[in-house]
Amino acid sequence: MTALATERKPRLFTVEVNTTYCKGCEICVQVCPKNVLAMNDRLKANVVNLKDCTGCLNCEIYCPDFAINVEEVEANA
Amino acid sequence: MAIAGKIPTRKYLRQDRLPHIWCPGCGHGIVMQALVRAIHNVGLSQDKTVIVSGIGCSSRASGYMDFDTIHTTHGRALAFATGIKMANPELNVIVMTGDGDASAIGGNHLIHAARRNIGITCICLNNNIYGMTSGQFSPTTPECALATTAPYGVIDPSFDLCKLVQAAGASYVARGTAMQARMLEKYITNALKNDGFSFIEAIDQCPTYFGRKNKLGDAYAMMKRQQETSVSVSKAAAMTPAELEGKQVVGELWNSPRPEYAKSYDQVIAKAQQGGGR
Repeated sequence: MTALATERKPRLFTVEVNTTYCKGCEICVQVCPKNVLAMNDRLKANVVNLKDCTGCLNCEIYCPDFAINVEEVEANA
Repeated sequence: MAIAGKIPTRKYLRQDRLPHIWCPGCGHGIVMQALVRAIHNVGLSQDKTVIVSGIGCSSRASGYMDFDTIHTTHGRALAFATGIKMANPELNVIVMTGDGDASAIGGNHLIHAARRNIGITCICLNNNIYGMTSGQFSPTTPECALATTAPYGVIDPSFDLCKLVQAAGASYVARGTAMQARMLEKYITNALKNDGFSFIEAIDQCPTYFGRKNKLGDAYAMMKRQQETSVSVSKAAAMTPAELEGKQVVGELWNSPRPEYAKSYDQVIAKAQQGGGR
């Protein structure tokens, strides 16, 4: 059981923020359980910690501006 | 490997119309995305689906969705939708309406569409205020809340839209909040599958007018608060009316299929063509 858990490679994801659509409401920053997103100095969502992303899609589902797109890195498959 | 639950929402949106005009943190975008995801789940064709909306912030949604859409006059979305469904019952008709649009200006259309049980899915985006016209109180603004036209607090008791529509005869009634977007997606999916009048009350946040006037914090704080004041149907059954004060019951409130109006009307046409009438 433990051997399996250690052998499994972590899944990697990409989180794209469309800064033209983003209005800086900060909902994505607060719904992310892993603090992957943060606001930048131009008050737009910004990916700061991509390696912790678990692909839960919370940011994508709760973004009212359709600005976020989460995809899994193909190489993981 | 694809992400579980990942849905290509972009193919259902008019990308050239985005970014939309809603304020930062407005919940309408979240509900609209829940609808798009539900449409994808059910597999409705973009050419066989009509989205009808009235007037108000919520009713801008039809313009951003890549279906056959119509943006109608204030409160009359359900009246136009009834016409579309009667003229061509094959179409899937979805109405996006606001709380004021559905319950105040179009209140009569709402109860009669529910009474007829016509095959329309009505999604009421309830943000408790008239946002587009700068924050006048609406029939669903909670008692004692502040609004531009109620600087000392609203004295009108608010509407329970779900109870109203259920009593009027709708066959599927559900309620969810923006914070429960995945649940909303599930309810809208079930509503689209229901043959008859389906009503979804989607409670979302208006941080610009309702939130700022009532000092409810930012968009996320409002969403969290709506989630905290929600009680599921099963929990609410064991609660007293006093305990339910200030809370909203969320979940599938009513699901009782009965004959759909356009189908009943087709039977009348068939009878008339046989010449059986007097």
